[in-house]
Amino acid sequence: MKKVVAVVRLERFGEVRESLEKEGFQGMTVTPTSGAGAEKGVTLCFRGRHFQEPFVPRVKLEIVAPDMDIPKIAEVICDAAKTGRIGDGRIFVEPVEEVIRIRDGKRGEDVIAPGRLGEIPRKVGVEVEALEYEIA
Amino acid sequence: MGKRAYLGTFLFLLPILFRLASTVMAGEAGAEVPELPAVPEAPAPPEAPKIDTGDNAWMMTSAALVLAMTIPGLAFFYGGMTRAKNMGNTMWLSWIAFCITSIMWVLWSYSLAFAPFSGMIGGLQWAVLGCGHGEYVGQTPSTIYGTTIPHLTFCMFQLTFAAITLALVSGAIAERLKFGAWLLFCLLWMSGCYPVIAHWVWGSDGWLYKLGALDFAGGSVVHIQSGSAGLIFCLFLGRRLDIKPPHNTPAVLLGASMLWFGWFGFNAGSATAANGLAASAWAVTNTATATAAFTWNIMEWIFDRKPTVVGTCSGAVAGLVAITPASGFVSVMPSIAIGAGAGFLCYSTVKWMKRALGYDDALDVVGVHALGGSWGCMATGLFASKLVNPAGDDGLFYGNPAQMLEQAVDMFSVWGYTCAVTAVLILFIKAATKGIRVPKEEEIAGLDLTQHREISYHWYEEETGTIKA
Repeated sequence: MKKVVAVVRLERFGEVRESLEKEGFQGMTVTPTSGAGAEKGVTLCFRGRHFQEPFVPRVKLEIVAPDMDIPKIAEVICDAAKTGRIGDGRIFVEPVEEVIRIRDGKRGEDVIAPGRLGEIPRKVGVEVEALEYEIA
Repeated sequence: MGKRAYLGTFLFLLPILFRLASTVMAGEAGAEVPELPAVPEAPAPPEAPKIDTGDNAWMMTSAALVLAMTIPGLAFFYGGMTRAKNMGNTMWLSWIAFCITSIMWVLWSYSLAFAPFSGMIGGLQWAVLGCGHGEYVGQTPSTIYGTTIPHLTFCMFQLTFAAITLALVSGAIAERLKFGAWLLFCLLWMSGCYPVIAHWVWGSDGWLYKLGALDFAGGSVVHIQSGSAGLIFCLFLGRRLDIKPPHNTPAVLLGASMLWFGWFGFNAGSATAANGLAASAWAVTNTATATAAFTWNIMEWIFDRKPTVVGTCSGAVAGLVAITPASGFVSVMPSIAIGAGAGFLCYSTVKWMKRALGYDDALDVVGVHALGGSWGCMATGLFASKLVNPAGDDGLFYGNPAQMLEQAVDMFSVWGYTCAVTAVLILFIKAATKGIRVPKEEEIAGLDLTQHREISYHWYEEETGTIKA
């Protein structure tokens, strides 16, 4: 089990989310964030005075998945978030020790990739959610 | 610390308030008398001024429009330009200025500003609205000002001008002033500074009025005065620790829109009647404002690479300021020139002059209001025409160069008096409150939290908070 943390451009985030969903990864945590990398922030202007803002706005998304899915997720994010310019962001992969589902206290990989490991039939989008609630 | 000083001021004022209250009570009883048979004045009615319902309806609407300029217009305009941690405090400065002025206006400020007395200052016969002494400020029209509307309508209309002048000063000192220092400043400035200038320019026996200086809706009274007071105040306060761009552009835009909207009451209402002059003032106000907003954007496009939203709003306000003194004296075409001049001049001031001189006028009251007002004051001397307003005068371009001199006298005397009196008042406040500026830690933590124990923006639901008595 691993966690993929990706920091991507605001304007690429929509595409990243859609491509991940197409591949069957719709569970994620998303945070609006800001940060600095090789690019030197942005310059704001107020009444003729210029302000150097050290950070640029970005989106951080976190996905926890079984080890076997990690390369695919990383590849999908890379393809969708890439513009080729400085400031495209980073992907970090971290180990995850344990996952517990709050609803029923279940542990393990079943909890993070229910469809993949055969708990519920795989479907994409809203229908999956509706189905999950029915079963629960 | 400062608390004792405020308490002292309050105790000092108590006997005065008490005496005023007793006069009011006596006055109310006395005022009832002429309402009854009114024997001595029975033959008077044919000559007595009559209320024009149309004029009164327009003037009461205008007064409400000008109120909307201060609260919430100016509050949002200024609040949006400060940092998120100071938004509530900055908006509150405008609000409390309006509240304090409202009370002081009916107690003594209105009388000092408008009651006939001498060229320098008004009398006290209209203090506490003339209850028990002098001429009663009530439902019948005044014989001097706005003779077709109730005297109270005129009084309340002028109140909104006084309040916005005071609220405008808060732009220069935002983000670092102590809570109590502002209250004390409101109290003193509304007694010693605003009524004097208002009387000079608008009082029926004011010396600038008699000289022939033209100021239709308050270019010198409202804008030069607030701007120059702001300059002195921010020089005494010093620079902010950390200067940041506006935190909420939509709030700035909302506030500027409210200002533009309310300014029709400000300028067109200054005709004190629903007549053709009001329509003319309406048209020139809109034209000059739009031109100035556009000019400011063009300037930014040239010198800052991009036109900004806050810049458009600032330009609009600069145009409104500049057209204010001229609105009742110029026709529509010259107003394009006045607007363009305002956009150019005010942009140059806030971009280059402010940096060169190094004062930290937080929200550019000096650049936009003092300089914009000065330009408007001189532009009135250039473009005024008797064809627009027979009660006015011709300007330089209509064959009367002497008008320029009168406008210059008006401008410099208002600058001079305001700077001098404001400096004296601030020295006094500084002594009374032991420093007018908040401590360094409080400025860093934000004035919302340290001055009011509030937060303007809650970034998340605070479910863990518990109620403490």
